[in-house]
This record gives sequence, C-alpha cells and structure tokens, in this order.
Amino acid sequence: MNTILKLMPKGACTETADIADRKSGRKMISIEGLAKCYPKRGGAPVTIFEDIWLFIERGEFVCILGHSGCGKTTVLNILAGLSEASEGTVIADDSEISGPSLDRAVIFQGHALLPWMTVLGNVAYAVSARNPRWSRAKVREHAASFIAKVGLSYALDKRPSELSGGMKQRVGIARALSIEPKMLLMDEPFSALDALTRGTLQDEVRKICVETEQTVLMITHDVDEAIYLADRIVLMTNGPNARVAEIVRNTMPRERARNELHHLPGYYDIRNHLMDFLVSRSGSFDVEAATQAGWSAKRPPVVEIGSGV
Amino acid sequence: MKQTSRIQSSLLSCTIVVLVLMVWTAFTTQSGGGVASGADPAYAALMNEDAGGAGIPSPLDVGRALVQQLSDPFYDAGPNDKGIGLQLAYSLARVLLGFALAMIVGVPLGFVIGMSPLLSGALNPIIQILKPVSPLAWMPLALYTIKDSGQSAIFVIFICSIWPMLVNTTFGVANVRSEWLNVGRTLEVPPLKRALTIILPAAAPTIVTGMRISIGIAWLVIVAAEMLVGGTGIGYFIWNEWNNLSIVNIIVAILVIGVIGMILDQMLAGISRLITFQE
Repeated sequence: MNTILKLMPKGACTETADIADRKSGRKMISIEGLAKCYPKRGGAPVTIFEDIWLFIERGEFVCILGHSGCGKTTVLNILAGLSEASEGTVIADDSEISGPSLDRAVIFQGHALLPWMTVLGNVAYAVSARNPRWSRAKVREHAASFIAKVGLSYALDKRPSELSGGMKQRVGIARALSIEPKMLLMDEPFSALDALTRGTLQDEVRKICVETEQTVLMITHDVDEAIYLADRIVLMTNGPNARVAEIVRNTMPRERARNELHHLPGYYDIRNHLMDFLVSRSGSFDVEAATQAGWSAKRPPVVEIGSGV
Repeated sequence: MKQTSRIQSSLLSCTIVVLVLMVWTAFTTQSGGGVASGADPAYAALMNEDAGGAGIPSPLDVGRALVQQLSDPFYDAGPNDKGIGLQLAYSLARVLLGFALAMIVGVPLGFVIGMSPLLSGALNPIIQILKPVSPLAWMPLALYTIKDSGQSAIFVIFICSIWPMLVNTTFGVANVRSEWLNVGRTLEVPPLKRALTIILPAAAPTIVTGMRISIGIAWLVIVAAEMLVGGTGIGYFIWNEWNNLSIVNIIVAILVIGVIGMILDQMLAGISRLITFQE
C-alpha cells in the first residue's frame, strides 16, 4: 500500500496522446513547443525554458509547480498575451494567442489594483471594459455582485490602501471573475499572504472554481496548495532550459476539504513525490538520459500516485 | 503631542519675527543725530550719510506704507503711478497665461515622450541643453521676434515653466508600474482609454509636482522679466520705486510678492493632495 502504482514513462506517453486526441473538443488551451530566450550581453541568448507541451481541458484546474527561475511566470504571461514566445505557439479555443484577451483573466501575484480607484471602481473598470455598452447602473450592479462573492460587500467604497493583503487579493479575484472569462490565469496569487488568509482564500477560490466549472492555470511553488486545488500538477525542472518533467494526476477525491485533506490515505505519497521532485529531481533532470528512458517533451509522462485505487 | 509641537513651533516663529523686527527697529532709529554734518538734508539722505537714519526705513515705516498701499491697491494715476494691486494683477495675468501655455504644450508633449522610448531618446538631449538656460537669456530673442514687450514677458514665463512640467510628465508617464499597464492590457482597454484611465491618474502626482515647481519658477522670473521690459507689473513697480528711491515701497513689494508666491504654491499643493493616491 501507499506505493507508486503507476509510474510508466512509456505507457503514459500514449495515454496522454490518446486523451488529447479523444477529448480535443474539450481542449481549452494547447501549448505547443513553447520556448523563451532572453538575449544576454556578450554571449549566446539564455533559454529559460524550451519544448514545453501541455494541454488543458475545459473545466480543469492545472497547477504548474517549479522553483523560481524555471520560467513558470513567463509561461503564464505568454498565455495571458503579455509576453511573446520565442518559439512555439499557444492555441486557445482553436485560434492562436496573439495578445491579451478578455477571455483569459489574470490574477496577478501582487494584486495589481489601481490605487486611485475604490474597490467597486476597480471591479467596475473591468466590467465596463468587458461590456462597454452597459449602463453605469448595470456595471455597478454586476461589479457589486462579484464583490459580494468574495465577501467584501462592506468595503465597496474603500481604497486598496485601506485593505489588508488578503482583502486586496480578494478584490483581484473578484475583478478577474467579473469579466466572466473562459479561463483564469493565476500567478502565485496567495504567495504574499499569511498562512491563515492563504487557506481561507484557497477555500474560496476552490469553491468558486468548482461551482462555475472554471478552467484554471495556476503557478505555484507551494506543494500543499497544488494538491488541494489542482486536478493535474505539472512539474517543471529548474531553469535555464527548463522542461516539463512529468505531470502528476491528482488522485485525491474531487470533493475535498482543506482541513481533512492531509488525513486522507495517499496524501503524503503525493506530497512526498512532489517534494522529492522539487528537492532533488528538478535539479538533476537530464534530458538525454530521460529521453533514453522513454521521456518525450511532447508527451511528458503522466504519473498517478495513490493508495490502491 | 503633535498638537503641542505645532503650537510650540508657531510660538517660536512669532518670537523670531518679533526679535528680527526689534533688531531692525533698533538699527534704524538709534542714530538719529546725523544732522550735524551740515550738508543739505536731501543730499545727506541721498548719500545715506546718517547711517541707518533715513536710508533704511524702520519696520514702522514699512507697516505704514503697507497699510497705505493696501488701502488703495487699484488706483491708476498714469504710467508710472499705479497701485500695487494693479501691478500685481498684471504680473499674475502674465504668469498664469505663460504657465497655461506651457501646460498646454508641456504636459501632452511630455506624455508622448514618456510613452515612446524612441522620442524620449531623440528629444532628451535637446531638452537637457535648453533646460539650464536662464529664461531671461531668451528675452532679447523674444523682443526681436515678437516685437511686443508684454508678449515677450509671457514668452519668457512660458519658456521657464515648460521644462519642469515636460520633464516631470515624461518621468511620471515612463515610470507607471507595469502591473497597472498589464491590467489595462489584459482587459483589452483601447490605447487612448488606457492612457487616460491608467497612465494619467498614475502619473498625475508627478505631473502636478512639476506644475508646482513651474509656477514657483515663473513667479521668480516674472519680477526680473518685468524689470527688463518695463511698463507694468510688480517687477516694474520695484524698479520704478528704486528710481524713486523709495526703499519702503520696495520692502512692501518684497513682502507682497512673497505672500502671493506662497498662495500660488499652496494652491498647487492642494491640487496635489487631491490627486495623490496611497499605494
């Protein structure tokens, strides 16, 4: 019991491909051969990451886990349309991403609220960007309803400087949700918060995402956060030349509660597996050796860890 | 605690003023016995022989002159005899006109330069060369081309107040936090609306600081400019009183210029408080 059940680099490859093909109708995002290089003064350009292949299904919650410097934020920025890939493409809803879009809302790491606007103003700004023809009253009402969703109705007219870090990030979440995007992109949204606030916000985000069947890509370096929130966890090796080493399918039940999760059988197997990856394998990943063992960038192995499921 | 320190500092401030006035009074009234020289009193006064007696007016004289000037500030008795209020009004009108023109040109230009690294690189050297030139150096050029002394003074105010606004607007616009810009981009806000709803409010505190520096410089320069061009204005008033050898009126003018300058500055400080945001 509690051992790795299926760690099957070769078999997994075909499985991933099959899923990708079979469910292409449900495919929301397809990242194909993505790479990012930065020019370096007096030398060859530095490749942050290369040959990244990943697809995200509709309604799926995917976490990218990796150390800082592996370019996970850059991957997210490319998906958001804020940054351009050096190689490869990202296909969203059967068309290539060429810039920012209201279909993909971003929750920024540092909340990024406009400090001269109130809470309502910040969310209404997004709502009226989404629906330019709406009347002022309708924009206000719509914005207020999303602020209510994150429990901040009492702070409508406060300015961001009057809010705590957790409240600011809540407004950021309300702003992202208020444009009713097809997909949410979150860049370490809770990393600047204290543990207690982080937990509450994770609960709320999970609740909202499950209820609305929101497709989410989230960047994190917090293992527990990834296990609690994600359906699949994408493990990236250390940069430069970072790759997707493998994808861990989360075998925790879909109905999960944060305070009970770590008592579930198999939780620590997943956690240890992820920790082991971050501590040792993310640094020592050798592309050539892995390729010989059956690893392929296009079809990174899907790993399932759990108690005898 | 804060309240007491404010009371203390205003008490100290009053004490300092009273002390200075006392020293000034003592200095200007003590040696009244200079009549012994036997010279013509008018000549003696002109040569300032009885040191401190008639030459430098006492605070009391200044106070009397101040009351007299301010009791009828807007009289007009010919080109060389106008009330101090009227002269101030001429100066203020020139400053505000020149400042407004500089704002109309400087702020939008600074906005464009701040948003375009290309323009910024191209225009920065030119701005750096023109900025340190004393505005009065432009005066002959202005007189020669505009051929109107009043308009030349306005041009000088324009040229001296444009630089701080231009430089500050450029800096403010170029340094808007990229995450705020990214918010606008991810929400697909069109560029012009983005400039007005994100960049402008974000850069506004820096822009208003530039305006505050500008109005201060403009108010400094107008006195010198009006001394040169003559005719009307507080600068010309001072020069005229110097020709009249009325030191007391010059001191009155200095006080009034100071007060008006402070009011101008405080007005912009008020605007600055309105648009400054806390992060």
